[in-house]
Amino acid sequence: MLEASESYVKKLVEEGMRVDNRKFDQFRLIKIEKNIIKNAEGSARILMGNTHVLVGVKMSVGEPFTDTPNEGVLIVNTELVPLASPTFEPGPPNEDAIEISRVIDRGIRESKCIDLESLCIEEGKEVWLINVDIHVLDHDGNLIDAGALGTIVALLNTKIPKYENGKVVFGEYEKNLPVRDIPIAITTVKISDKLLNDPNLEEENALDARITLATNEKAELCAAQKGGEGYLTTEEIEKAVNLSILKGKEIRNILKG
Amino acid sequence: MSKIGKPEKMVIDGKRLDGRGLEEFRPLTVEVGVLKRAGGSAIFKFGDTYALAGVFGPKTMHPRHLQDPQKAVLRCKYSMAPFSTKERIRPGPSRRAIEISKVLNKALSNVIFFEDYPKTGIDVFVVILQANASTRCAGLNAASLALAEAGVSMRNLISACTVGKLDGEIVLDVGGDEDQFGDVDLAFASIGNEDKIVLLQMDGIVRKEEFLKMINLAKKGCAEIYEKQISALKEKYKTGEEDVGSE
Repeated sequence: MLEASESYVKKLVEEGMRVDNRKFDQFRLIKIEKNIIKNAEGSARILMGNTHVLVGVKMSVGEPFTDTPNEGVLIVNTELVPLASPTFEPGPPNEDAIEISRVIDRGIRESKCIDLESLCIEEGKEVWLINVDIHVLDHDGNLIDAGALGTIVALLNTKIPKYENGKVVFGEYEKNLPVRDIPIAITTVKISDKLLNDPNLEEENALDARITLATNEKAELCAAQKGGEGYLTTEEIEKAVNLSILKGKEIRNILKG
Repeated sequence: MSKIGKPEKMVIDGKRLDGRGLEEFRPLTVEVGVLKRAGGSAIFKFGDTYALAGVFGPKTMHPRHLQDPQKAVLRCKYSMAPFSTKERIRPGPSRRAIEISKVLNKALSNVIFFEDYPKTGIDVFVVILQANASTRCAGLNAASLALAEAGVSMRNLISACTVGKLDGEIVLDVGGDEDQFGDVDLAFASIGNEDKIVLLQMDGIVRKEEFLKMINLAKKGCAEIYEKQISALKEKYKTGEEDVGSE
């Protein structure tokens, strides 16, 4: 694939344009599919322009953390599958994959959208573990937003299997996973001192700094992560907050629509 | 949802559990040049949180395929000593440590003149010897001082601190139980005392107005940290001159 150079992307942005003719705060077309993997307790496919992620949720039973003996456990993992990009390499998750996982995890966890206490089977001994695995299948930028959206969609459609005599009965379900809120993570990037949403890969390669802000249904912030090598001013962060609230609402409407 | 062992109130009459005011740091300890072998080193403490940073380089980058012919490459590694917390930490990189190493690297990258050192690598090691919240900020403060002592050309220092929300109040420098039981925790770093934010990570639910208030308090905090860093550096070089004179 031929990619626009960093300097070209920057020059366009300076002139108020983007490589694919979008407005600065405009997302690419988002397509959402649910329950596409039969063996997963919850799943979702997100297409955000050419970015393609698949999220699967597997439920299992295990031990709780010692500091939260009466709560289920949420584990988010991201695989940057090598078929998604020539820059992805096989092997254990690298720092980029780990950052994506942890930023998405924070948005979900801190919004308290999952009632983890209801996932306790026996205090201190057995709780449900929610394993969220995000597979990036085609990388054209903005993996955090796409992965976070896939995660919440998959969780909203996750069913808890039956648990009998110490064994999980896969394929037979007890109830839905209790999800009380819909947190949405929105990343805003700074290129040539302008702020943009939903960067594609070419734009990501040209960014100075980025900030991801997750908001809940009440338009409160629940997680934040600044990234990239450059800096942001307070004014830029305030603008990013406003964009996150606005875009979060838009995407939540797509989800509910 | 009450957490186990959570005190009923975290703020009483404008004072926190350890007696601090809302906008007050724990005692700060800053010391530059504490290791002999490293090119630069520093200690930074927020109360009981104890971070040590050491810098090696700029030196020839190995492995060579990671060399950049135009500029230096920064490698940053944050780790916690196994005995630094109540429950022992397994040695080796955790996902948390890998993420923190990445964000510290990006924060420090803002101030280093990489073009001055082509083909080289600069290694920054941050070790948390004792943890009592705000470890990444303590580590970042120490790392930026260690880079300065190593003589790496920089446009400024990086100054970092945390802010939090306890019982609805915005507080500076989250410490101890506040980290575990507080509502919100925000790690923040800026280029010196400038309005240039290079690290920001937050967990917990806040309204927009509170979030902006937290950032403003963090900026004030960083300005205070910056003063301390500058005076620690001056202190170091004051004694340095005397040593040269007496030899």
